[in-house]
Amino acid sequence: MAIIERPAPTVPAVVTPTTTYGVLKRPVSATGWRSWVFTVDHKKIGIMYGATAMFFFIVGGVEALLIRLQLAAPNGKVLNADLYNQMFTMHATTMVFLFVMPMAAAFANYFVPLQIGARDVAFPRLNAFSFWALLFGGIFLNLAWFLGGAADGGWFMYAPNSGPVFSPTNGVDFWALGLQITGIASLAGAINLIITVLNMRAPGMSLMKMPIFTWLITVVQFLLLFAVPVITVALFLLSFQRNFGARFFDVAAGADPLLWQHLFWIFGHPEVYILILPSFGIISEVLPVFSRKPLFGYPFVVFSGAAIGFVGWGVWAHHMFASGLGPVSVAVFSLTTMAIAVPTGVKIINWTLTMWGGKLWFTTAMKFAIGLIVLFTVGGLSGVTHSVAPSDTQQTDTYYIVAHFHYVLFGGAVLGIFSGFYYWWPKVFGKMLNEKLGSWNFWLMIIGLNLTFGPMHILGLQGQPRRMYRWTEARAGEGFFNLAFWNMIASIGSFILTTGILMFLINVWVTWRNPKKAPLDPWDARSLEWMTTNPPKEHNFDVIPTVHHLDEFFHRKYEEDATTHTMKQVATAEELMAEQERNADKHIHMPSPSYWPIVLAFALPIITFGIIYSYLISVVGGVIVLFAAYGWALESSTAPDSDFENNTPGTALAIHD
Amino acid sequence: MTDVTHDHASSTGISNVKLGMWAFLGSECLLFGGLISTYMLYRGRVTGGPRPSQIFDIPFTSVSSFILLMSSLTMVLAVSAAHKEDDRKINLWLTVTALLGATFVGGQVYEFTAFYKEGLGFSTSLFGSSFYTLTGFHGVHVTVGIIMLMSLVGILKRSKVPGKKAEVVEMIGLYWHFVDIVWIVIFTLVYLIPV
Repeated sequence: MAIIERPAPTVPAVVTPTTTYGVLKRPVSATGWRSWVFTVDHKKIGIMYGATAMFFFIVGGVEALLIRLQLAAPNGKVLNADLYNQMFTMHATTMVFLFVMPMAAAFANYFVPLQIGARDVAFPRLNAFSFWALLFGGIFLNLAWFLGGAADGGWFMYAPNSGPVFSPTNGVDFWALGLQITGIASLAGAINLIITVLNMRAPGMSLMKMPIFTWLITVVQFLLLFAVPVITVALFLLSFQRNFGARFFDVAAGADPLLWQHLFWIFGHPEVYILILPSFGIISEVLPVFSRKPLFGYPFVVFSGAAIGFVGWGVWAHHMFASGLGPVSVAVFSLTTMAIAVPTGVKIINWTLTMWGGKLWFTTAMKFAIGLIVLFTVGGLSGVTHSVAPSDTQQTDTYYIVAHFHYVLFGGAVLGIFSGFYYWWPKVFGKMLNEKLGSWNFWLMIIGLNLTFGPMHILGLQGQPRRMYRWTEARAGEGFFNLAFWNMIASIGSFILTTGILMFLINVWVTWRNPKKAPLDPWDARSLEWMTTNPPKEHNFDVIPTVHHLDEFFHRKYEEDATTHTMKQVATAEELMAEQERNADKHIHMPSPSYWPIVLAFALPIITFGIIYSYLISVVGGVIVLFAAYGWALESSTAPDSDFENNTPGTALAIHD
Repeated sequence: MTDVTHDHASSTGISNVKLGMWAFLGSECLLFGGLISTYMLYRGRVTGGPRPSQIFDIPFTSVSSFILLMSSLTMVLAVSAAHKEDDRKINLWLTVTALLGATFVGGQVYEFTAFYKEGLGFSTSLFGSSFYTLTGFHGVHVTVGIIMLMSLVGILKRSKVPGKKAEVVEMIGLYWHFVDIVWIVIFTLVYLIPV
């Protein structure tokens, strides 16, 4: 955005906006809402991703509470059957596509460039486009609530049940088209981060010196790159059937009802690793820092992550054991499912051994990380029971499944995300989250989630099917295993869980109001993102660091004592920062803000809106796409030299590093 | 000009845009993989309307396939001209490539019209739905390629290319070759292998 002139770094950006494509002047604001809406700064985009994901987390959470209220007692009257179907469908869709994935994207966007010593991502405008497409796609998905009812076919939207005959409202149309838009966002984001990691690492940072979070994020981006197009195909087939009269899922025409299931789960199983691996990455950063030890077996964590990325493609049909695949398929997918537990188990061992013998520091971030190890293991174990096909056939579509995936997703992915909040908050916002409120946050969430999802194992084994909008007293049974008692416990648990999350929101507010600044290196951290100010400057690093070690920042602070073989502190973070500022690069051109990402992204829901209501609207959207694409192609990513006003004495724009 | 996205040599030695295009094409493989699988599953399922063997005109489609493949050759010539910075030849070969592509798309429009008249609509049978979806997706890809080629010709004339000229030509070339290669697979599986 700006040119940063030395030795007067406080001089504001001085850029003369040229016209872009002869139409609009290029945006230049460094403050105010324009500096956010047209930004291409990966850090601002990361924060916007995070805020959007948090908003949808609350939306999805309210939907979950309504479900638990409905099921708390027999003959629930909170929701009718139709609304209940919409509620569980949108709860899952929101949590998966609009909360966990964007929140992982928030962390990835903010920290991957910082961790690899880069100043931005490879394609800054594409990055902004990804975010806006996600936001508009998410809004589009939820518009259905107000336009005749949301999607109601469950998050995996099995066809032919999702066809026009059984799902006559526009809900499924909004769902299918909205997910296309968020899919475009994910795909663009994946390409961006892959190229960033492959091409923009600081000098000396080989792949095996890359921070573990960046590694696992990279695996996730490859999964996205190859999994998103598969659901894109499935969604196209569904939309073509619903909107243009194709026959893909029309059994009367000879269609195979398993086609959708295969396409969906070929996407859907890599998707579960897309959801969990970012959190694995976060706690693999947190555990070493708060154990005062390097990550145990870094190469094992890297390669087991990559192994999950590969084997994750060969297990999809374990979601379909009850569909009559035939004994050979079932046997093969049972075995691969057992096999994929191995690389996951390797990680659990690595984390445990990282803590072994370490000087443990039980901060809130660390508590959440340990919570993940324990609760993900619980969910992982019930996952292994699903690989036993005969047993899985019993459990299919019961609350046992619901218990399993909430343990791995809430106990795994969400706890990892919260660990990341507490660990990186001072880096992003320059202030420490309150540890006392953090403790309340942690314990209420842990108690709440175990009370909510623990009983669901029992409910499921007792035969309560998922997605039933109510249960009756007559069928609840008696004794310790009666459904009434455990449903009530689960509902109470969900409100305790909500209180825990409220503690986090209160904590954010309290921290916001607190004027106290965080120290430069509050956790004595190990990786490069801490080798800059809190929050980082717009150009991230005054000098691009040259990397010699895994955990480069740690090795600049500590050196091994030759006689005692212990690590001895040789420099503080403040000293390292001062050294950087002394040697700061003189001329840094950052990518310039642009109108086109948000314009292009905004055209997408217009097109999809038109597909549902009137093709004329789609044409308008198409014209905007063309217009924005030309505008985009014709402006350069960084404003040309002639745009920068050279008014700082003693510097010459002609000299560039 | 130093630009943070290009200011130091990339770690792989390949430029960001080119590597980005490779990643995108990797993703496209799975898109076409899904569509081709759907077609292969459904191509024999005809409850009403014509069967594949009754409507395919192999000689006609062979000719239009040949034209599309020749456009890859002219694309290579355009890239080679771009490396030699011969602006006149870049424009010439890009235009020829686009024209060959347009001929192919024209052939597809003709083919679709003929099939429709012979009774194969989009909703006629599973074969119809999956055939039009697969080949239609490919046709859209070729059309997008043509738009990119012609836009590039226009932009080059005004010499407003952001970034290196040869790089941009090569990147669009990668896309174009990919679309051609996919057609070889589709032509073989859809037209040549009998149901």
